[in-house]
Amino acid sequence: MSARRLELLLLLALVVVAVVAVSLGESPLSLAQYHQALSDPGSPPGEVLWTIRLPRVVMAALIGAGLGLAGAAMQGLLRNPLAEPGVLGVSATAGLGASLAIAGGLAALPGAVEVSALAGALLAGAVVVGLAARFREPEVLILFGVALSAFAGALTALVFNLSPSPVAMAEVLAWLMGSVENRDFTDILRALPPMAVGAGLCLYAAQGLRMLTLGEEAAQMSGLPMARLRVAAVAGSALLAGASVAAAGVIGFVGLAAPHLVRAAARDDPGKILRPSALAGALLLVAADLAARLIPTEQELKLGVVTALFGAPVFALLAWRAARSWRS
Amino acid sequence: MTAAWTIEGAKARRGKALVLDGAGLSVAPGEVLGVVGPNGAGKTSLLRAGLGLMPLETGRALLGGRAIGGLNPIERARLVGYLPQERRLAWNLPALDVAALGAPDLPPGEALAVARERLTRVGMSHLAERGVLDMSGGERARVLLARLLATRAPLLVADEPVAGLDPDAQLLTLDLLRAQASAGAAVVVTLHDLGLAARACDRVLVLDHGRVAADGAPLEALSPTVLADVFRLDGALVETPAGLVVAARRTLSQREREGPTP
Repeated sequence: MSARRLELLLLLALVVVAVVAVSLGESPLSLAQYHQALSDPGSPPGEVLWTIRLPRVVMAALIGAGLGLAGAAMQGLLRNPLAEPGVLGVSATAGLGASLAIAGGLAALPGAVEVSALAGALLAGAVVVGLAARFREPEVLILFGVALSAFAGALTALVFNLSPSPVAMAEVLAWLMGSVENRDFTDILRALPPMAVGAGLCLYAAQGLRMLTLGEEAAQMSGLPMARLRVAAVAGSALLAGASVAAAGVIGFVGLAAPHLVRAAARDDPGKILRPSALAGALLLVAADLAARLIPTEQELKLGVVTALFGAPVFALLAWRAARSWRS
Repeated sequence: MTAAWTIEGAKARRGKALVLDGAGLSVAPGEVLGVVGPNGAGKTSLLRAGLGLMPLETGRALLGGRAIGGLNPIERARLVGYLPQERRLAWNLPALDVAALGAPDLPPGEALAVARERLTRVGMSHLAERGVLDMSGGERARVLLARLLATRAPLLVADEPVAGLDPDAQLLTLDLLRAQASAGAAVVVTLHDLGLAARACDRVLVLDHGRVAADGAPLEALSPTVLADVFRLDGALVETPAGLVVAARRTLSQREREGPTP
């Protein structure tokens, strides 16, 4: 399948799933109500469709695309199909930023949690950019990512530990579980600029990611400005991951699963896989959010919980396969 | 004529160990230079330091007469194509796409045309669409050689290009590099097979402990003395109808001669 046909197919599937996701919800509508919603967006059914469900679906698609693209870029950069922003400690550090803001009583301040999460992600991104400039070995970056993740996780636990208010703790926990519930178009507009810049940087790095197929040294001698492309890939994926944590909390494994879904169709090409991964990520997250809404539970399922439940086994499966190929 | 590549008085460390201790090389357009030496003699380090991939403590490296440190990535790639010893590929790209990575300066269509032509030269055109990780080691080595040839650089540096290849593929590789030299390129290869080095190269540079032990025409550079001192071989290069071969047997090291210490 050509790259263009793959992208077209994914886009089509995304549109179909998005239309289904906007149509279906907890409060079922009758045919007459759908008609009313379409003809009069200000009517009560119109409110449900256009100001509750649509922004939620758009947000899920945006976050999914960002995470899918960030995951694909990280995998290309680290030459490892198990990499994603979480591996580099970006998600954990963004989660720490959000936790600090909530525990610090800033949750009521509009945008404070988001800014704090984005600041955490950018800090982690800056650390990774610095390390990437210093160490060329991808394994080293992964190890630093593990350390950064563990450290941010420990600090988040410390915030829990020292927080005097159980209410704040419950809020932090809710944030860390990840959700796109109750989002409006203002939230989307706030998430859009950092994600657009991040996506641009990742796509700019595509050629460098392809060259890295040959290994670090051959890429360095190839004539491409590898130092710059490497920084673009790290900064771009940090921005994407940070903005998505800022907008929706910690949602894991989309960055891992999305590239995996399209890898074969993209002929394993770390450059050509970027855009299909973004589309696949959007598709996955819109579908996962629809599942979170429709699965009847006492309390609505958190999106991050759903993706982790499906994603963690996928990760284990990928690790199993990778281990087998390393042995041979 | 300006040398395509010159390294002078190179001193470099890996960690604390001194891996280059004043070594150097010079290669002219049209020439095939073979770099030989025992394991750990500094062959790869000399190439890497000379290409700016490893810092030099003292000494200097010139590409096309210009200091390596003063070249930007594009200028450097225009002057030299490099095939590293490390041949592990990260992704299962089609062979054609891997070969095309040698020509990132060209528009995609032209790069693919160059890649197709180079794959034909290395006898791999029938596997152009096959994923490189689905190939045998020898097939993959040919694809990477095609990638090197696709750089169209006036200096080609190949680190152990024939390691792990069958005899036919070894000779094909060196024939292809020879053809590049005949077309005006300078070629530097590191090799372990001394006979192959003697037959395939115009000049042989012998490295030992980070220093140049000999540099000259094969018969001169691989003299019985050098074979004995550097490679611990008792023998000589011998002319045969098929070219030069090394006829030698292993000599005992000092420690082996003394036997186990009680």
